[in-house]
Amino acid sequence: MAETHSLQDLQQPAVSSKVFVQRDYGSGTTCRFQTKFPSELDSRLDKQQFEETIQTLNNLYAEAEKLGGKSYLEGCLACLTAYTIFLCMETHYEKMLKKIARFIKDQNEKIYAPRGLLLTDPIERGLRVVEITIFEDRSVGSGR
Amino acid sequence: MKKCEYQQIDPRALPTPTPPHHRGDDDGGGGGKSDELKRPRRKWEVFPGKNRFYCGGRIIVARQSGVLPLTLGLILVTSGLFFMFDCPFLVKHLTSCIPVVGGVLFVFVVITLLQTSFTDPGILPRATPDEAADIEKQIDNTGNASYRPPPRTKEVLINQQVVKLKYCFTCKMFRPPRTSHCSLCDNCVERFDHHCPWVGNCVGKRNYRFFYTFIVSLSFLTAFIFGCVTTHLALRAQGGKGLVFALQESPGSAVELVICFFSVWSILGLSGFHTYLVASNLTTNEDIKGSWSGKSGEDVTNPYSHKNIFINCCYVLCGPLPPSLIDRRGFLPADESAQTSGADIEVPTVATKSEINVVGGSSQLVNGTQEAPSPVPALPNSHHDSSSA
Repeated sequence: MAETHSLQDLQQPAVSSKVFVQRDYGSGTTCRFQTKFPSELDSRLDKQQFEETIQTLNNLYAEAEKLGGKSYLEGCLACLTAYTIFLCMETHYEKMLKKIARFIKDQNEKIYAPRGLLLTDPIERGLRVVEITIFEDRSVGSGR
Repeated sequence: MKKCEYQQIDPRALPTPTPPHHRGDDDGGGGGKSDELKRPRRKWEVFPGKNRFYCGGRIIVARQSGVLPLTLGLILVTSGLFFMFDCPFLVKHLTSCIPVVGGVLFVFVVITLLQTSFTDPGILPRATPDEAADIEKQIDNTGNASYRPPPRTKEVLINQQVVKLKYCFTCKMFRPPRTSHCSLCDNCVERFDHHCPWVGNCVGKRNYRFFYTFIVSLSFLTAFIFGCVTTHLALRAQGGKGLVFALQESPGSAVELVICFFSVWSILGLSGFHTYLVASNLTTNEDIKGSWSGKSGEDVTNPYSHKNIFINCCYVLCGPLPPSLIDRRGFLPADESAQTSGADIEVPTVATKSEINVVGGSSQLVNGTQEAPSPVPALPNSHHDSSSA
């Protein structure tokens, strides 16, 4: 297949590899990710930073799935209206997912992008994995 | 042609040249698809499971609608006859609350039925090729996957209980706990309960509460109509006129009586069964397989139960409702067009896959096989030996 290289292609960093952080099912079906540090990231990222990111993610998901007064109230109200209320109201879970998306964007901008990494929001992978894309370090003489 | 110092670009190798600002992906291999690629496509259009989508992806149903039209028809006919034949008489002789109660129940039944049928039950999107390759790498030490590997399982400890996670060969991932692959819909569904032909959809994590509300309100409605029709006929037959006379005066009631009599027992039974499942936080699938009943003699308990009936009920029926994971209305990113053309090529082979499902009874033969000659470079695990038994 003949490929024409445009300037845009040359400027995009090439993907070197992808690391997948799997789900941790130790506490049941609630959404948690493993905090084990993948060895492929050894050269790029601090173990502590990685664990902090994953732990915060886990806490946000736990809050989304929390069984509390508010979620029960939401559920009961929905039941009484034959669940039609879901058509006009955003659920607590959806609000938390937006918060998680903002958190990931923030983490990417501050921590991961400067190190040539990219976190993919788990919701785009069906909440199965946290995908971390490792970009090839093409910077010549940048001394990072 | 004289050979110059610079490399001459062969015009035949270029994609359709008119737009000078192409998106950076090569359409050269796409051929006839280049027209469609100009319009941004939504994810539901390339969904690999056996589902149908309506209203631009907002409504999802299984490919076989089952007997959903029959279910709707029965409910509408019975309720219609009730409002036409029995209500006027009963309002006159008893109370006008009857059509109100009947109306509320009817509305509840229809709305929850439609919600059960048209909601995503909790379908898990299939693993991307990168994910699948990563999992394969972790499992396969031999590196030679030309034969069907043995069924893969992974064990996890959930609340001191050992749970086996199975690998799904169709979706190319280890299924989360309580997830099962529905062969009718060709999807892995979270907290899979069962595939209900009456509603024409799987019942899973996201629509179980709709399904439960549907069968409970339907059992109330059926019992209510049955009671009202019996009262109506009894009142008409008073004064020595007889049942036959009453039936002749109100023939619709006879139809309702028959329908309600035969359905009330099964629906009440189903409601009772599902109430038990809700109270113990079990799924039909687990109950039928006896996963947590300790049949094998081991000390097994349901690790997902909250050990309290009230909390279990609250959790299953009123707990937080996760949004759909398949993002039907999202747009396909432009740089994934190569992947989606791979998925598109898989779509024509769904027919052969379904044949394999029917004959072989398992989808384990599908290991990224592609029957059509594919211009896309080989995906991991794809090989021509597709008919290996």
